[in-house]
Amino acid sequence: MSAAPLPKRLESLLEESRNWQAPPPVETISSGIPEIDIATGGLPRGGLTEIFGPLSSGRMSLLLSILAEATARGEVCALVDAEDVFDPCSAAAAGVRLDRLLWVRCQHSAEQALKAADLLVQGGGFGLVAMDLGETSLRAAWRISLASWFRLRRAVEHTPTALVTVARQSNAGTCASLQLECMRQRTDWSGVRGVSRLLRGVETRVASMQKAAQKSKICLPVFTAAAI
Amino acid sequence: MFACLYGSGDLTALASEFSPVVERSAPGAVTLDASGLDRLFGFPQSIAAAIARRAAEYGLDIRIALAANPDAAIAAARGLAGISIVPQGDEAKFLGMLPVALLDPSPELRETLDRWGIRCFRDLALLPPLGIAERLGAEGLRLRELALGQAVRKLLPVEEPLRFESELELEYPVELLESLAFLLARLLNGLATRLATRALATNELHLRLKLENRETHESGLRFPVPSLDTKAFLKLLQLDLEAHPPAAAVVHVWMGVNPVKPQAAQSGLFAPLAPEPVALKLTIERVKAIAGEDRVGSPELLDTHRPGAFRMTEFTGGGKGGACPTQACLTKTSSIRLALRRFRPPLQAQVSLASDHPGFVAAKDIRGKVLDYAGPWRMSGDWWTTYSWWREEWDVALAGGELYRLYREPGGWFVEGGYD
Repeated sequence: MSAAPLPKRLESLLEESRNWQAPPPVETISSGIPEIDIATGGLPRGGLTEIFGPLSSGRMSLLLSILAEATARGEVCALVDAEDVFDPCSAAAAGVRLDRLLWVRCQHSAEQALKAADLLVQGGGFGLVAMDLGETSLRAAWRISLASWFRLRRAVEHTPTALVTVARQSNAGTCASLQLECMRQRTDWSGVRGVSRLLRGVETRVASMQKAAQKSKICLPVFTAAAI
Repeated sequence: MFACLYGSGDLTALASEFSPVVERSAPGAVTLDASGLDRLFGFPQSIAAAIARRAAEYGLDIRIALAANPDAAIAAARGLAGISIVPQGDEAKFLGMLPVALLDPSPELRETLDRWGIRCFRDLALLPPLGIAERLGAEGLRLRELALGQAVRKLLPVEEPLRFESELELEYPVELLESLAFLLARLLNGLATRLATRALATNELHLRLKLENRETHESGLRFPVPSLDTKAFLKLLQLDLEAHPPAAAVVHVWMGVNPVKPQAAQSGLFAPLAPEPVALKLTIERVKAIAGEDRVGSPELLDTHRPGAFRMTEFTGGGKGGACPTQACLTKTSSIRLALRRFRPPLQAQVSLASDHPGFVAAKDIRGKVLDYAGPWRMSGDWWTTYSWWREEWDVALAGGELYRLYREPGGWFVEGGYD
C-alpha cells in the first residue's frame, strides 16, 4: 500500500465522523405521481405539504392519489373534510382503501377542521392526515391565523405523519415544508358535441416550492387526471 | 401458612387479590392459603401488613391472623384484635386464653363444658384425650384438637363467577361532571386492579347512574382491544357523559366491566404505521365531540346505482396488518382519476337551455356561461321501491374553466359537484 492515499483515507474517515451528528435526511412518502416525486423528492413526513390552486385544477385528484398510495402501503390515513364534499366513490375509483381512511365530515367550518386535524396529529399513529379546505371560501381561509398553522406544524414535527392541506390559495406560508401549486392546463374532451361528447380528463401542471430550497421551480411533467 | 381475615365487607374480593384459594370459613371470616406469599412479601408480619394496607384502601376494618393451619388462624382472628401471627409449634400456648365459645361447640357440649368449668382453650387442651373420647365422643376430640391448634385440614375454596362490578352510594347528589369524574376514577382504578390481579383486561364497560329524579342513566363503552388503560377509559367516559349528560344530579354510581384475556400480539418490525387502538378510539371520540357523533368514521359504498350512496361505519383502523407490496400494486390503479367534490346537499341551480343543452348556469357561488358540455346521461333506479329516482346528468365547463356535474330531476336542476 502506498503512503499517499493514507492521509486521504484518514481525512475521509474524519469527515465521516464529523458528519455523524448531522440531522438525518427527511423521510418522504410518494405522491403516487412519479413526475412529482422526482421533482420534489416526495412529501415530507413530519412536515406540512400545501396543495393549492383554483377550482377544477386537479388538487383533489392529487390528494386522492396520495391517499391511495398511503393506504395501499397499509398506513392508516385521516381526511378532515371542512366542507363535507369528499366523494367516497371517486376515492374508491382512485384506489383509496376506504377501510383505512378515517373521514371527518366537518359542518362547513374551517375552525372545526383545524381542531380535528390538530387532535388527529396529536393522537399519533396516522401515516397521513389530510385537511381539505378546497371548497372553503377565500375569506374564511384567510381568517385562519398564522398561529394555528404554526401550531399544526409544531404538532406534526418529529412525527412520522405527513400533513397535507388542500386549499384555493396558499394559507400556511412559511409553515409549509412543501407547497404544490396546481394549475389547470387543458380539459380533454372527446367525441362530437351533443352526440358522443365525453369528459376525458384534466391536464394539470404543478409548481412546487420547497422550504429547504426556498426557491420555486416548475415541475414539467404534468399529470392528467382521467375522468374515464 | 394460612391467613384469616375477620370483619365485615367484601373480604372474599380482598382475599382473592392475595391468593387463588379462598375459603368462606364462617360468617365474617375468610381464610386464604398464604403459602408462597413469603416469596413476595417476606416475613409473615410483612404479609399481614400488606393485607392490612389493601384492606385500608378498600375501606375495611378487619382483624388478620396468620398460622400454620387454617383453624388456628380462624380462632386467632376471631379472638384477637389487630394483626396476630400464631407461632408454629406454640399454637396451644398462643391461643390458650381464648374462650371455648369461639370453637362453636353444640349447645349440649357447651353446657357440659360449662359445668366442668372449662372456659378457655387451655382448659380444654389439658383434658386427657381418652377421657374426652369416652365422655364427649368425636366432637369433643375435634374441639380439643382445635384448642391445641393442631387440626389439619384442607381449605374448601369458593368458586365465584368472575364478576367485576363496583358501586358507590353518594352521600349527596353530584351535579358537576368534573366531580363525578373523581368518583368514576376511583371505581375504575379498583376494577382495573382486580382485573390486573387475575391477569385479565376488559373490552366493555357499563356505567349506570341513579339520578336524583329517580331515573336511571345508562351508558356503555366498547374498546377495540382488551385493555387496562384507566386514563383512556376515564377520558372516554367523560367524553360520553359530556355528549350525553345525565338529566339530573347523580346519587348512585354502578360500574361493571367485562373480563377478557388481555391482547397478546406482537406487532411486526416492518408493519406499517398504525395508531394504538385505545388511543385511536380516544382520538375519534374527541373528534366526534367537535364534528358530531355521526360525522366521523369510515365510508362504505353501498351496493346501488344511486349516485353518491354510502354509509358511515365505525373506523377500526383497517383491520390487521398492512398490505404486502403485491397487494398494494393490485389496489392502486395505474392512472390518476379525476375526483368529484360532491356538494351536500346539491346546489339548486337556474339553468338556461340553449338548443336542449345547458347554456348558462347560476347557483350559489357558481355563475357562468357553459363553454363545453357532455351529456345528457340518463339514469334511474329503485323503481321497484317507493324511493325510485330518475335524472339526467351533464358535465359542463364554465367560462372560468371550472368543471361541474349538473343533473336534472323532477325537482329541477342541481349542481351535484365540481370536478377537481
